[in-house]
Amino acid sequence: MKFQIEDVTVYFPYDHIYPEQYSYMVELKRALDAKGHCLLEMPTGTGKTIALLSLITSYALCKPSNPVKLLYCTRTVHEMEKTLAELRRLHRYQLEQLGPAARILAIGLSSRKNLCINPSVVAAENRDSVDAACRKLTASWVRAMAAENPRVPTCEFFENYEKAGSDAVLPPGVYTLQDLRAFGKEKGWCPYFLARHMVQFANVVVYSYQYLLDPKVAGIISKEMQRESVVVFDEAHNIDNVCIEALSVNVRSQTLEGATRNLNKMSQEVERFKATDAGRLRAEYNRLVEGLARRGNLPISDTWLSNPALPDDILKEAVPGNIRRAEHFLSVLRRLVQYLKGRLQTENVEKEGPVAFVASINAQVGIDQKMLRFCYDRLHSLMLTLEITDTDEFLHIQTICDFATLVGTYTRGFSIIIEPFDERMPNIPDPVLQLSCHDASLAIKPVFERFQTVVITSGTLSPIDLYPRLLNFNPVVSRSFTMSLTRDCLCPMVLTRGSDQLPVSTKYDMRTDEGVERNYGKLLLEMVSIVPDGIVCFFVSYSYMDGIVNSWNEKGILKEIMQHKLVFIETQDVVETTLALDNYRKACDCGRGAVFFSVARGKVAEGIDFDRHYGRLVIMFGVPFQYTLSRILGARLEYLRETFQIKEGDFLTFDALRQAAQCVGRVIRSKADYGMMIFADKRYSRHDKRSKLPGWILSHLRDAHLNLSTDMAVHIAREFLRKMAQPYDKSGGSGRKTLLSQEDLEKMENGSLGEMF
Amino acid sequence: MVDGKVIKRAKYKSSVKDSGTPGILEMMEDRFIFTPHNPKSSPSLNVLFRLIKGHKFTKEGSHKQALLNLTHDQGGSYIFEFENFSDRDVCREFVGRATSTATEAGKDGSERSSVAAQDEQLSTKEMERRIKLLQEDSELQKLHKQFVLGGVLTEAEFWATRKKLLDGDISRVTRQRAGFKSAMLADVKPSADGRSNRVTFNLTPEIIHQIFAEKPAVHRAFLKFVPNKMTEKDFWTKYCRAEYLHSTKNAVAAAAEAAEDEELAVFLKHDDVWATEARHKIRRVDPTLDMEADEGDDYIHLPDHGMSRDGSNDAIDSQYEEYRRSLSQVLNRHGAVVLEGRSIDVELGDTRSVAEALARSKQVELANGASDGIVNQERLERISQLAEIEDLQAPRDPPLAPLFIKDPREYFDSQQANAIKTLGDTLAGTRQIKCSLSTSEAYGSLRERISEVKISGLSDPIVKPEVAFKVFNGLTQNISSTKYHFGKNPQESVLDGLPSITKEQLLHHWTSIEELLKHFWSSYPITTSYLYVKVHRLKDAMSQIYPKLQEIKESVNSDSRHQVSLLVQPMLQALDAAFAHYDADLQKRSAKTGDRPNGIV
Repeated sequence: MKFQIEDVTVYFPYDHIYPEQYSYMVELKRALDAKGHCLLEMPTGTGKTIALLSLITSYALCKPSNPVKLLYCTRTVHEMEKTLAELRRLHRYQLEQLGPAARILAIGLSSRKNLCINPSVVAAENRDSVDAACRKLTASWVRAMAAENPRVPTCEFFENYEKAGSDAVLPPGVYTLQDLRAFGKEKGWCPYFLARHMVQFANVVVYSYQYLLDPKVAGIISKEMQRESVVVFDEAHNIDNVCIEALSVNVRSQTLEGATRNLNKMSQEVERFKATDAGRLRAEYNRLVEGLARRGNLPISDTWLSNPALPDDILKEAVPGNIRRAEHFLSVLRRLVQYLKGRLQTENVEKEGPVAFVASINAQVGIDQKMLRFCYDRLHSLMLTLEITDTDEFLHIQTICDFATLVGTYTRGFSIIIEPFDERMPNIPDPVLQLSCHDASLAIKPVFERFQTVVITSGTLSPIDLYPRLLNFNPVVSRSFTMSLTRDCLCPMVLTRGSDQLPVSTKYDMRTDEGVERNYGKLLLEMVSIVPDGIVCFFVSYSYMDGIVNSWNEKGILKEIMQHKLVFIETQDVVETTLALDNYRKACDCGRGAVFFSVARGKVAEGIDFDRHYGRLVIMFGVPFQYTLSRILGARLEYLRETFQIKEGDFLTFDALRQAAQCVGRVIRSKADYGMMIFADKRYSRHDKRSKLPGWILSHLRDAHLNLSTDMAVHIAREFLRKMAQPYDKSGGSGRKTLLSQEDLEKMENGSLGEMF
Repeated sequence: MVDGKVIKRAKYKSSVKDSGTPGILEMMEDRFIFTPHNPKSSPSLNVLFRLIKGHKFTKEGSHKQALLNLTHDQGGSYIFEFENFSDRDVCREFVGRATSTATEAGKDGSERSSVAAQDEQLSTKEMERRIKLLQEDSELQKLHKQFVLGGVLTEAEFWATRKKLLDGDISRVTRQRAGFKSAMLADVKPSADGRSNRVTFNLTPEIIHQIFAEKPAVHRAFLKFVPNKMTEKDFWTKYCRAEYLHSTKNAVAAAAEAAEDEELAVFLKHDDVWATEARHKIRRVDPTLDMEADEGDDYIHLPDHGMSRDGSNDAIDSQYEEYRRSLSQVLNRHGAVVLEGRSIDVELGDTRSVAEALARSKQVELANGASDGIVNQERLERISQLAEIEDLQAPRDPPLAPLFIKDPREYFDSQQANAIKTLGDTLAGTRQIKCSLSTSEAYGSLRERISEVKISGLSDPIVKPEVAFKVFNGLTQNISSTKYHFGKNPQESVLDGLPSITKEQLLHHWTSIEELLKHFWSSYPITTSYLYVKVHRLKDAMSQIYPKLQEIKESVNSDSRHQVSLLVQPMLQALDAAFAHYDADLQKRSAKTGDRPNGIV
């Protein structure tokens, strides 16, 4: 269908539209017009993504003179694939309606690991080794060598791509990673470099958060994006954590040992170059005098993770004289590593600010702040000079330099915490030095400054006024939409007591109680016997999940559960988890259904949908509070209290409840879908906890469902499932319309706009 | 059915030892021709496939000849040696198809002729299938006994109406097999007797099969070690020892034991076969849930970046990691294996053969895995379908699965009972109505409505919903239940009220009448003398049913006699109609042919 929103004709690839999607688009359009940032909360299962995509692409089509570019950030690669699949559908529709004028180029961008098609490279195990393997074949000096000596291996795909020169372009269309690989194979061009190149010309780029937020990655990928771009952060409820993680570094004793090895290797190289090719080192020295810490225009294949500090904070002056010479720089690094080793040997937990830490480095090993700041760029330059290709071997020294640069750049919003052992296992020495960032606004600040519109959207952004404070920006539009439902397809419940009427909770003192474990097991057992298709269970942590599953196994509860449905579990091994998920879906497809055990804050809770028959019930066992004994969390809470006057308890509850809401929100995809949600912990019945849940859950949480025991929950579930099995009128019948057709929209435009909301 | 032809270079041999005559083998739809290079050396062959009884061939191997042996109907055989196995396989497949179609065609012919001959040549396979069908379905067996053995129908006639059953079975050769149990058998629990330190493990063939499927490393070890290196018993003892070590959850002890005994280590270490398979499989998962790809894109989780020790990761002692096994791993593997289903079709007695069969099926799987272009395509389609929001557009037709009802009577009975039950729920069990609404009432109501509409125009409900519902129900009830009850008590069928023997008899007669009538009506128009004879036979058989039905009627007590007669009535009517037709036809015939009293002879 197509319709007008003010001056923009919106092309929407479905015959109907939800009213909230329509109003979402209206708000979004206002933000685009105002060229400002916006914050939009809309419940999951109301088609946010397609609403966003169709408004922004239609907006660009309406203003061909100055089209906006869309940078769409997802948290994960599989969400990227989903987004591109929706975009492909939209694009097809727009082509039908508008013909060739609607042609756009949309690409998904990922790392070499996901895009490489050279079989010898992509066989490497992780991302870093793929990167290194690629570099070994494509670095400029390797290729220069290959030009003289044909026996030096190169990558044919990259060579072909280079040979094609400016002809190597992607024709318009929507390209998922899979499509890029297929296209690359067909043409014989390297899809990774092709995609990197095409990013500048694409109308829509879909990539992960870090490509914009993490300065290391953004520095090489996103630095050329024009200001007239719309940046969308989808599923952004965790965006503050992503920002913080982007600027945090850990140093362990293994890192320091590795760094020492790296330094030895580099000294050898320096010696070798001195003997054979002293000119190179001299040339580098001269370049550094001129202040080009980073060589101006590197060939695309030589680029490497860039400076960990934010672009605005990087000094544009010459590298300090005392680290210009390679051997001097190496000795500075050696001293730094030595110093850090000394600090790690502490027996007590230490917490320091960056200023004090830098002062202590200066006092003890004579490295000043400016030298620290240049560490990363100096290292980068040296590695290029030494023509090092196996970068995956040099990650340790890179970490140290990241750390040095960050600690030398920022004076506030960070703290350095040294812990000699893990709090839970005081007997095992495992010292770690952590530079942790507390201020989420640091990493996202350049994004807000560079781009005219940044849209932050998610199903759970409540309380919505907290995010502008955490991220330090002023949205022109900030709205939370409710969900208009055709029928009560959500059934949240709070279960406080088990079948024996005793309270259940994952509170610290009750967590390992046999009775609670049994009650949780009984709850699941009852539910697997009455709920069709898939059931998802979320636990508060891996260790808790392991414990309770083992205990269920010993008690025989697990065996009984397996008589009804197969059980799959998320583990810390991604390959295994992915396969488990795939099998879970298969089991749901074949009709019998299955149970998936997962962890709140885990990878699955972050981005996998359990919509339709893949999830008819979610059980959240316990309240997923963060590990409150963590010192990093403590430091962050302190920072929040001092800077934003946010109370610790409030923040922890807010954080736990947004995770819980996120977990249970994964069951709904559309209004035709339905699902139950059980919050199994007595603490959810307390008002201060419950009220932090997003509105769309609260509005369905009846008072009668606030304090249930297992048998009552089973009864309610039965009733609910029976009700959902009945046929119903999709458009919402006579009352409020929950599904609008083109006619409805036209009617609304002619005067009665807003009557429906 | 067999298309094209195949031409290959081959040697013709009179026996295996024979060096053979080189020439060209040409295979066509119905025959094969062999032309030797040297026309003088030996005569060429030209044989119809119809005469080929079967074919044999040599197994593929490095120093074996690629032979194909075609056995002639009248004894003797033709042996061909091919240059390579792929040539041979092409020909073998061709022969396979050609002979099967040739014999089928032959059979069709023979069936046609057997109609007159009243006999039929059946392949043993066909025979077996029929026997099996009869064994599975007791009702069918009864009918078969009554009519075929009673001489009313011939074997061929009997099965001719059940072609579908036979065909259906051909396509359904892969009968539904029982899969793995969803209980975790492979996770054998030691049982202690309490008095001594001894623990006992119980392994059954079923468990062993599951162990092989879920722990490919154990499977591989079994193939490798047994029986060359150790006996089967030793092998399982060792396995149980490893299981015991796992159950104690003492990774350090496990590591120590493994260091001493390398065979034991196989069981204690992580399953590397599974891991490689996993790497293989991960390429085929749905990209919308591929979390491995995230890992590859995740710059935050560079080693030593981001947050650590926030409670989500647990510190692991890496040294013994290899010897630790988590329950979640076991559960996930178990789930995967159960979903894959049982891939082999071997009796679960002999462990060795189970192990080998499993290995074979794995290889087949790998070979299939190589060609995953189509799979990819399907996957993409699926993703785009999943991306749609279903209620914003017209519904997509779900893929239809054909309805297969094995026992229609049971099915419709239970459906009816359900319908009545729900109806009873809503009406709160008011009356035993439905049939109490007479046609005249319904008609009256309809008339009233029509006249109303004529006066006041068409307002929305033409018929009151309640009335419509009643009428509808009454009608459908009647239609579907004529066979079983006549409205006395809709809660249960009338039949249930009768003595079981009468019920059985009634049902049996009903089915046999059905069977006879089916044959009877299908014989018209009578074109051959054979059909004439058949109809005559059928008529006799049918006429015998009359007294039997009468007998049943008399045997029941007076209460239910009325019901029974009501039940019997439609049967009688059907038979009467058949007889009327028979007589009319006979008269027409005699009128036409005049002087030939017995029709066509």
